[in-house]
Amino acid sequence: MCTDPETLSGLSWLFCYLTTGKHLAFYGAFGTVLLLLAITAPLALAFGFAGATVARGPAPLSWLGKGYIAIVRGVPDIAFFLFFVIALDQMFEYVRHRAKCPDWDQPIYQGNDFVVCAAAKLPLSTSPQWVHEAYGFGVAVLTFAIVFGAFAANVLYGAMRAVPRAQIETAEAYGLTGAQIFRRILVPQMWVYALPGLSNLWMVLIKATPLLFLLGVEDIVYWARELGGTKTPQFTKYPHPDWRMWYFLALLVFYLIFTRISEIVLERLMLRLTHGQATMGGERQRRAGG
Amino acid sequence: MSCTETIADYALRSLGYGERLLPRTDFTLCQQVTLIGSGMLWNIYFGAVALLSGFLLANAVALGKASRSRWTRKPAEWFVFVVRGSPLFIQFFFAYFAFLSLKSRYPFFDMFTSAWLGAAIVLFLNTAAYSGEIFYGALRSIPKGDMEAADAYGLSGWHRFRRITWPTMLRLAWPAYTNEAIFLFHATTLVFFTGFPARQQKGDALYYASYFADKTFNPFVPYPILALYFIAVTLGIIALMGHINRRLNRHLPQAQRSRARFRPGTLLAR
Repeated sequence: MCTDPETLSGLSWLFCYLTTGKHLAFYGAFGTVLLLLAITAPLALAFGFAGATVARGPAPLSWLGKGYIAIVRGVPDIAFFLFFVIALDQMFEYVRHRAKCPDWDQPIYQGNDFVVCAAAKLPLSTSPQWVHEAYGFGVAVLTFAIVFGAFAANVLYGAMRAVPRAQIETAEAYGLTGAQIFRRILVPQMWVYALPGLSNLWMVLIKATPLLFLLGVEDIVYWARELGGTKTPQFTKYPHPDWRMWYFLALLVFYLIFTRISEIVLERLMLRLTHGQATMGGERQRRAGG
Repeated sequence: MSCTETIADYALRSLGYGERLLPRTDFTLCQQVTLIGSGMLWNIYFGAVALLSGFLLANAVALGKASRSRWTRKPAEWFVFVVRGSPLFIQFFFAYFAFLSLKSRYPFFDMFTSAWLGAAIVLFLNTAAYSGEIFYGALRSIPKGDMEAADAYGLSGWHRFRRITWPTMLRLAWPAYTNEAIFLFHATTLVFFTGFPARQQKGDALYYASYFADKTFNPFVPYPILALYFIAVTLGIIALMGHINRRLNRHLPQAQRSRARFRPGTLLAR
């Protein structure tokens, strides 16, 4: 039916237009966004946990953790994205360069160029296309995890300090060691204090996903710009004027639905977690007879 | 070329004054510091304009959300939901392309496609929604006793709002609002990466920082410079907002004053 679009009109034209190969790639890019979220969220949480643990620790180490939190929060996140994409890439290549080409005697920075030996290039220039794409995506994931790890560290650090002091003292009275208290008392109890901050962080993470575009990944923003632009009959069977506005409206609606669903799910989760807790929320539930 | 000459050439480059061509080879530290600093003028412009105009609308939004009438409550609720539920990055793109298609029909919209107006409007609406939500939260947590005391003194209507409700709301909202102001300044760096063109390479601080990073393949100089500028601005905002906060709290006994500080769990970014 879609072989000759010029004869089509109305809804059938729209149907054929929305199922072209490029549009299917556009829909696939929504999958990229979800994949990014699925990998980044646990990774950022792990980074945050490490950061918060270090920030609680002994003095010289805790400065490192607090510095990490303070710097990432004091500087625009998008600056970090642009920075880490180049910096991580150069760091990987530099490490590989030292390992693979030990007898290379020229400097790495030559004027305005960053030069490593061919064997150290990442990905190798001989690799297939999908390796290049996967590498770009991997660097993007790591960048997201580093930046949002700092936000998560901030939330978890606050949550660890919010666990009632009496709980820790009781554990000490029972003769538990520091590591045992951390593992058995502090960590299980901190989540209910961390959840409001973490839910907020999840929303922020969702809303940061379009920044993938800046990291050079072919994501939904890339496709919306590509597909929405003016198309003339010479180059496509589906000519149309500048529709980028409508494509971005569609993205806007997608994000609205996504954040709304997340909000509802997180509210339910909070209701579950506060059940039976010695917090204001838990007390309210108890009084209501829930 | 000495550093003073560089400053004379590039200090106002982001506004279109001084040397026309950006440096192309042999980048000096002085050039990078000057140009990125020049770009900061745009960030401060966007931040200041959006914050001041957004403050007014935010008050209206907060009152709208707290209103008893459906006809004022629903629009305010939807406005906050739409702006806070979608990424600022997409809002910029959408607004730019919307202005672009309006321009093709009505030439009047030509200036809306420039960053100085178009992006400022988006930031204005954005911060109005975020701060409106903060003010609404504060409005709901005004102590009942304060309102009862106002009633006892015979204050009502506009008078009560002006003398009791509004100052108390601001006082309670101020720490969170300080946070919002900081993140608004951070958000201004998105402008020139979202369709709004930097005509004749007149861009903001991040635009120049990424220009240098692309040209030199060395991100370790321009981005730390940018970071230092932003930390300085952040400290400036904290000092200014702290000053206002002290003024808002000056009638309270020392121990009850809430200090302006970062709070985990409040709004982070967009």
